[in-house]
Amino acid sequence: MKALFLMFALFFAMPLAAQDALPPAPYAYRQLDDPAQEAKAQALMESLRCLKCQGQSIADSDAPMAGDMRHQVRLRIASGEAPEHIRAWLIERYGDYVSYAPKISATTWPLFAVPVLLLCIVVMVLLRRLGGRR
Amino acid sequence: MSAGSWKFWLPLAIFAGFCLLVFVQLMHPAEREVASAMIGKPLPAFDLRAAVPERPGLATVDLKDGKPRLLNIWASWCIPCAAEAPQLEALRQQGVEIVGVAIRDTPEDVTGFLARYGNPYARLGADDLSEVQLGIGSSGVPETFVIDGAGVIRYQHIGDIREDDVPMLIARLKEAAR
Repeated sequence: MKALFLMFALFFAMPLAAQDALPPAPYAYRQLDDPAQEAKAQALMESLRCLKCQGQSIADSDAPMAGDMRHQVRLRIASGEAPEHIRAWLIERYGDYVSYAPKISATTWPLFAVPVLLLCIVVMVLLRRLGGRR
Repeated sequence: MSAGSWKFWLPLAIFAGFCLLVFVQLMHPAEREVASAMIGKPLPAFDLRAAVPERPGLATVDLKDGKPRLLNIWASWCIPCAAEAPQLEALRQQGVEIVGVAIRDTPEDVTGFLARYGNPYARLGADDLSEVQLGIGSSGVPETFVIDGAGVIRYQHIGDIREDDVPMLIARLKEAAR
């Protein structure tokens, strides 16, 4: 029984071992030589979503695809491309979902409007209550 | 405020509504697939080396000769890719031209995979840095894109091709040929 369980465990562990055999992309784990450029790249990578492991940024993820994305980001920064241009390039391919940077758009404006509205209501209610007591 | 007044029960009702919302969302997790935003747009420029000696590599110009085809993004280390191999073979037998992009793969591993599961590819490029994958908005393996004769991306199929996807993909190709 125990052996059977172990066999099953090994069988299901296989997909985890099924990673690619290639070494990581050159700039996946290597910082740029220029600290100012590296800082720019790092800031951008922290605000881009890893598409394989969707709760993480590409700066946090060890997925090979995130490594390839970091490689692209660093190479493009090193060649003088603006971080927001790189973000726009990725959004063009994957939609807004790839970026963690908040953006006001047709679908997201209520997220920004509702807190302001609620604050206005709170102020109005407070004014009425406090005003009534006087 | 008494227990008879509707206002008395309002906070509880709001709380119950909130719990219901949480429960329903837990039962139906959000879609985790990321669809490409490149549908209807031309393929980016790329030129990939051949992944195996017996098939030529893949470049953008190869996909602009007027003939619609399937572009299959896969890898030898990907298990669902083995599961879709019979469907790719069925598509090939029905006259569909399939070109492949092997993501982060070694020639030995690709050769081993093709020997085991068959080789439906007319061309097979090696994408060692996921450049083509990122360029066309693909977020995993396997994914299959319908490319029309002008090199424009017309459709994206995410995940392995099942048996019932085969007629659908053929219909998409016909549509792309128009």
